[in-house]
Amino acid sequence: MKVITANFVTCAVKECKTSPASFPLHFHDAELEQQELDFQPEFIRNVIPRIDWEALRATANELGFPSLPDAKPEGQALENEQTLRDLHRMLLETHVSEGKLVCGNCNHAYTIKEGIANFLLPSHLGERIHRPETQWVTNASQFE
Amino acid sequence: MLPTPDTSHVSFDTIYEPSEDSYLFLDTLASESESKWLAERFPQQSTSPLVVEVGTGSGVVLAFTAAQSQQIFGRRDVLTLGTDVNRNACIATRQTATTAIKAEQQPSPQSIHTSSLTADLCAPLRPGSVDVLLFNPPYVPTEDLPRLPSAVDNDPATAEAMSRSDKFDNDSYFLSLTYAGGADGMETTDRLLDAIPGVLSARGVAYVLLCKQNKPDEVKDRIRAWGGWQAESVGSSGMQAGWEKLVIVRIWREDQ
Repeated sequence: MKVITANFVTCAVKECKTSPASFPLHFHDAELEQQELDFQPEFIRNVIPRIDWEALRATANELGFPSLPDAKPEGQALENEQTLRDLHRMLLETHVSEGKLVCGNCNHAYTIKEGIANFLLPSHLGERIHRPETQWVTNASQFE
Repeated sequence: MLPTPDTSHVSFDTIYEPSEDSYLFLDTLASESESKWLAERFPQQSTSPLVVEVGTGSGVVLAFTAAQSQQIFGRRDVLTLGTDVNRNACIATRQTATTAIKAEQQPSPQSIHTSSLTADLCAPLRPGSVDVLLFNPPYVPTEDLPRLPSAVDNDPATAEAMSRSDKFDNDSYFLSLTYAGGADGMETTDRLLDAIPGVLSARGVAYVLLCKQNKPDEVKDRIRAWGGWQAESVGSSGMQAGWEKLVIVRIWREDQ
């Protein structure tokens, strides 16, 4: 799971969506891995506008990256190759392989294992839409 | 024809094997009319689009979208993210996507697969974040709907401790999640449709596959009745008695 993902996800509990405390989720005990990727300055320039900068600053801080600038780079600052390289390294080359993502509103912790975060909720937190389990029969003719 | 992503590493014990519906997705996205529409919707100078597939299975559709982003969007700076209730599918998708990107986009720029998440539909996605949503649902009408798996069902230790017959039941259960759609085959799709207005960005668009029994025309009418939303069939296959067996519906906000 690349670090940029933290900018796209929030708590899976419906009631948390409206709470500002549910974004970003907070990394705990994160193990990081670096996977080299070609530096693509144009790509990074096109990605920056969609980043929630305040959230990214919080994420960078939790993962132990050097502090990001106070404001999102714009205009001239997007020509600075070092800035783009730093963001490329953090957002796209860094993977979180193990750890937890914790909601600041409900405190639920989502486990990350071998790079896959698990957002399935325990039944007491999920939507109660499920029916009793039944026997499943594969029946190809149902497609016809 | 653009190459289909390699899925030879995928074990289809619990994962849906790419089939007619998967290929209809690939052909629709890569069609001249749809790629033209998408390239206009996401012009090269605009922010990199986030493409999310819900229920990735083997990952063949998302991997194709990433690896053929030049043909589909007219740009390569595309971010992808996949969700599936089956952890095995998430692991498979990650590999399918990264392999396909490497195979098709040399030298860089390359699309970037950001993550595969074990999740129910779009539950963990930030509201307003998705630009392109892809969904090939469990669409077969069935008497009952399988329960959602829990974290325990997806724990590799759980599967390892199983007897052969328990493993068979478990595999059948996960496979049932790939096709069993409940009433009209629409129970899961209806939940996804409900989530669309919340999860799509202002320029966002969703592609949802439906079969004839899902009553595509009624579904489209229902979406148009949301107010401010459009729904059109943009791909189909398998004519049967004058009706398409499978259709792909594009859903998008009218005013950008």
